[in-house]
Amino acid sequence: MSAQTFEATANGETPLFYEVEEHHHPEGSSTMLGFWMYLMSDCLIFAILFACYAVLGHSYGGGEGPKQLFELPLVALNTAMLLFSSLTYGFAMLTMERPGASVRAVQGWLIVTGLFGLAFLCIELYEFSNLIHEGAGPWRSAFLSSFFTLVGTHGLHVTVGLIWLVTLVTQIGMHGLGQANRRRLMCLSMFWHFLDVIWIGVFTIVYLMGVLG
Amino acid sequence: MSADTLHNSAHGHDHGHDDHAHGEAPHGSLRGYMIGFILSVILTAIPFALVMTGTLDTTTTAVIVLAMAAIQVVVHMVFFLHMTTTAEGGWSFLALLFTVIVIVITLAGSIWVMYHMNANMMPAPAAVTETMSQQ
Repeated sequence: MSAQTFEATANGETPLFYEVEEHHHPEGSSTMLGFWMYLMSDCLIFAILFACYAVLGHSYGGGEGPKQLFELPLVALNTAMLLFSSLTYGFAMLTMERPGASVRAVQGWLIVTGLFGLAFLCIELYEFSNLIHEGAGPWRSAFLSSFFTLVGTHGLHVTVGLIWLVTLVTQIGMHGLGQANRRRLMCLSMFWHFLDVIWIGVFTIVYLMGVLG
Repeated sequence: MSADTLHNSAHGHDHGHDDHAHGEAPHGSLRGYMIGFILSVILTAIPFALVMTGTLDTTTTAVIVLAMAAIQVVVHMVFFLHMTTTAEGGWSFLALLFTVIVIVITLAGSIWVMYHMNANMMPAPAAVTETMSQQ
């Protein structure tokens, strides 16, 4: 115990000011907490983009505002897609946690989730291209710049989530539902549900409050 | 050796607790996911319906829409992200709390400061506003 430099002999015990030996942690035991920390920092990115939108959202530059540009039925459909995908990802996790879970069943739910996610992205890109064709691209006004940045960043996250999802479907197909793959699926689950939470903010603040005026 | 035994006696309880927290990954149940989903559908449908039909006046609608969004965020956190105050020994909840505080400061600060900046700006000369709107 040469590492210990402080010796307190008053009560005959040796106080420990720092840990001499490393704890044994099972592999991946801190992954979930670490991933949660990442999600929280991602949350701050969105908070800043929301703040930008809140500040610039009324600077139309003499152009059209949310009332003329946004189509709420399309946004409602988009919201439904993301909500369904959250539910089906939940089903994938439930299937995985069942004892003797079959890889095929988990893959099936993941693919359904991916299709909902893809539908969400397609609808969003359709909306973006419509706006740009109407001459309401991100260069038109500060409102549209902040709109495209905020909603586009969310869309980019969904895209990355989809790539991750396809990767994991392949991964569990090749290596089964081992401890490492379960952990990866749990991380993606958090990521996917987190994106749905951000979308609540987007459809409320950007679309509903925007159309409301 | 003596340090080891002391260490174990002092932190033994904490360790047991930690191991428990690590071993118990957040689990959802079918019931939980369904409750979360149905609540989310309700909390999404009402704001959309209110804004699209315009039955209530603007201020009331805005308050309801914002309140429902806040509730839905909590619903998602609890039923989909399985957030509890005890998961990971409370650290994830602490991180969430910290993030919420930073977000509130960022949002409220930006809106407050920029609103006052806008209000205190000198009005642009009429000629400039006209050319801007013509573009």
